[in-house]
Amino acid sequence: MKNFFMIFQEFLYDIAHNFLKPFSGLFKKNSVVEKILIGLEKVGKGAVYNCQMCGECILHSTGMVCSMNCPKTLRNGPCGGVRLNGNCEVKPEMKCVWVRAFENATQMPKYGSEMMWIQAPVDRTMKDSSAWVNIYQEVDPKKMSNWQTEEDNLRLQEMWRVE
Amino acid sequence: MRNTNFTETQFERVLKSGRFAITAELNPPDSADPEEVYRAALILAGVCDGINAVDASGANCHMSSLSICALLTKVGYEPVYQISCRDRNRIAIQGDILGAAALGVRNLLCITGDDVSAGDHPGAKAVFDFDSIQLLRTARKMRDESMYLSGRKITKSPDLFLGAAANPFAPPYDWRPQRLAKKVAAGAQFIQTQYCFDVDKFKEYMRQVRDLGLHDLVYILVGVGPLRSHRAAEFMRSKVPGVVIPDKIVERLKKTPKKEQQKEGKLICMEIIDEVKDIEGVSGIHIMAYRQEELVSEIVLESGFLPRPIKK
Ligand code: SF4
Repeated sequence: MKNFFMIFQEFLYDIAHNFLKPFSGLFKKNSVVEKILIGLEKVGKGAVYNCQMCGECILHSTGMVCSMNCPKTLRNGPCGGVRLNGNCEVKPEMKCVWVRAFENATQMPKYGSEMMWIQAPVDRTMKDSSAWVNIYQEVDPKKMSNWQTEEDNLRLQEMWRVE
Repeated sequence: MRNTNFTETQFERVLKSGRFAITAELNPPDSADPEEVYRAALILAGVCDGINAVDASGANCHMSSLSICALLTKVGYEPVYQISCRDRNRIAIQGDILGAAALGVRNLLCITGDDVSAGDHPGAKAVFDFDSIQLLRTARKMRDESMYLSGRKITKSPDLFLGAAANPFAPPYDWRPQRLAKKVAAGAQFIQTQYCFDVDKFKEYMRQVRDLGLHDLVYILVGVGPLRSHRAAEFMRSKVPGVVIPDKIVERLKKTPKKEQQKEGKLICMEIIDEVKDIEGVSGIHIMAYRQEELVSEIVLESGFLPRPIKK
């Protein structure tokens, strides 16, 4: 069941991507279109993923769990404080974001292995802007900070194991 | 990729020579008196190859790790400088790395850090601008590419031996070895683990680490330490984030008469050392003896790890 649900989300992600692509010419920074998209993302991703509007969406690389919900806002995996029951060090009543992310990612045949990617530090100026605009505009913080990890990422992805 | 002009640190040299390495944690003082640092360091320096200066561990306020390192290098001791992501942003951290290198600090341990809620200032603002992997990679960039994260040039790059922490004993267990792979790819050359009290679990972790071939790429030091009493054990496993102590160890301490508990705790520690030291892929141990520094030298001596390799 979970398996199906995760594959379905991967499918939706691809559809959204392909659907938006032809319109990407309209995706300009500070445009009306961006304003609309911000609204859509806030409401849509907010409701489903508790999106924190970091503006640099990596949802599909983190098991469709918004890692900005981790109280330490970690982007590359769990801290060492995860409790034995899988709950968060900081919020004992909440399941660790990364425990959830890992569980989900193992059910995601297409994007699951992207959990192994080394994610760049968050560019805080992107906060509350539209991640969709940023993606198509190629406002890529990785490029700005020479964060070249593509080679590492490919090697790391091969180490992804689902047992 | 690394500039070969760099010289090795003593700690790095011991690891590369294949000798079993030992590091120990120095308990940071709540004092402005340098003597308190030196008193603790004096006990440790003779029995280990690197002294960890912790960065407000448990989110409790103490003398800062950078200043402890500065005090240590001044008299020729070899510190391992711990930087956590909790208290400083990327600007402060990169500045500190340069400053540390200028003071002769060479070993850098990049950690996420316990949350402020664990410490004595739970109302503080937690920073976490970086995570540990981003911090590692940034430090490597400064060393290998002589530039800040922003791309701006550094005229003399810091000569660093980079390390990271690992906790094999916290969920999600099956992903922990892969997360280690990320740390290695980000630049980690050595690893110091969280306290190991569950050897079976650790063996399983190391099996997966070897499967991924990581034991050939990074030196792994197992975290160990003596428990002072069953109370201390209970406290640590309930209050210190990430510390897992199996019931059977707590029970064993509980059954021991109060006066003998400290001795028993030391015995348990030495038994664990004995078991982990022969696991393939283990390069050393990292001793954390909270407020029991004098025990560190006993443990190292009685485990047969003395004398330590001579410092060059
Ligand atoms: S336990 Fe998980 S959710 Fe909580 S701070 Fe650590 S990584 Fe983040």
